[in-house]
Amino acid sequence: MIKVIQPGIETTVQDIGRIGHYEMGMPPSGAMDKYSFHVANYIVGNEENAAVLEATYMGPELKFEEDAVIAITGGEIPPKINGEKVGTWEAIAVKAGDTLSFDFVKMGARIYIAIAGGIDVPILIESRSTYTLCAIGGFEGRALKAGDVLKIGQQKEKEAEIGKRVEENFIPKYGKMHEIRIVMGLCSYRLTEASKRKFLEIDWLVTPEANRVGYRFKGERLDFVEREQPFGAGSNPSNVVDLGYPIGSIQVPDGVEPIALLNDAVTGGGYATIATIISSDLNKMAQVKTGEKVRFVAVDIDEALRIRKETKDRLQEIKQKFA
Amino acid sequence: MSHEAKVISPIPGVFYRKPSPDKEVYVNEGDSVKAGDTIALVEVMKSFNEIKTEISGTVGKFLILDEDMIEAGQEIATIIEE
Repeated sequence: MIKVIQPGIETTVQDIGRIGHYEMGMPPSGAMDKYSFHVANYIVGNEENAAVLEATYMGPELKFEEDAVIAITGGEIPPKINGEKVGTWEAIAVKAGDTLSFDFVKMGARIYIAIAGGIDVPILIESRSTYTLCAIGGFEGRALKAGDVLKIGQQKEKEAEIGKRVEENFIPKYGKMHEIRIVMGLCSYRLTEASKRKFLEIDWLVTPEANRVGYRFKGERLDFVEREQPFGAGSNPSNVVDLGYPIGSIQVPDGVEPIALLNDAVTGGGYATIATIISSDLNKMAQVKTGEKVRFVAVDIDEALRIRKETKDRLQEIKQKFA
Repeated sequence: MSHEAKVISPIPGVFYRKPSPDKEVYVNEGDSVKAGDTIALVEVMKSFNEIKTEISGTVGKFLILDEDMIEAGQEIATIIEE
């Protein structure tokens, strides 16, 4: 058992996500930074899809009431056990009675706390992930609160080697200015050529409206090509006939403040999606904080697939090292 | 001997000195505060998070203007410890 002393500001139980139910309007939820999620599970010897804790901006304070092995990956929110600094991206032994707490965030936005065995919460539609907007999944469908008690699960595959750390070159670093790669489309044809260029040239400021649902950006107005709106599309030039929204897709309601839709977002609607963040960079997007800046860099689909393979290969390499 | 300490926001977002727009500020410069008192709010991810002082003393100076954006780890006020 693990007791939640302080929850942080948004700490949720997440796994790989509720994949394959998009057609009924169910977003995947799941860990936002999948790279860090997977590595955390590899380090503690868990099955691929064991549930972990995802904490944003602030780490929780947790009291362990049994011995456990944990690993903390993701951004840098320095962890402490009983007030003493401990390492990240490595297997840490925790004793019954120990308290895990965190310093202020130094880098990135989200951390992943994996516990050998995983977090034991009921499976709902094939996943343990929390989807807070619908209050389902995870721990009672919500972010953790003080006083909650978490159970450790049975999803351990092997014993972790205490102190074994991920090699430095596999640990991502983040600044305050982020390059996020996108593929233009599905509806980028709706933007004027000048606005397409502008979209890629502006340093977009991340507003306080940036969470698991989506990130809203401030910059300059983008203009749409004038046309008579087709039947079924809304009257605003940023509207199209409803379509499924790709995960990581970027829409620009009324041409102001683009929104990148992420893990907990609405699955479809009638805004033109002008670009889609490539899957590998969704991991990076998860580590961007409010107040930081993002530059979108266009790649084509072949490049996106090549980068996706590269990310998968890197994960495979780490997995081998902890096998 | 007085010692000046800083109150730091652990989170980024929009900084507010009032609990709501039609209310008075939590504290003014020169007011005395106790450890655990809320001195400001930071809005991020559609939630308002209270920023508390960890020490008792007198509010020295606010370093951020009401409704400004702040970064995680930014100093928001000084408290003069007595």
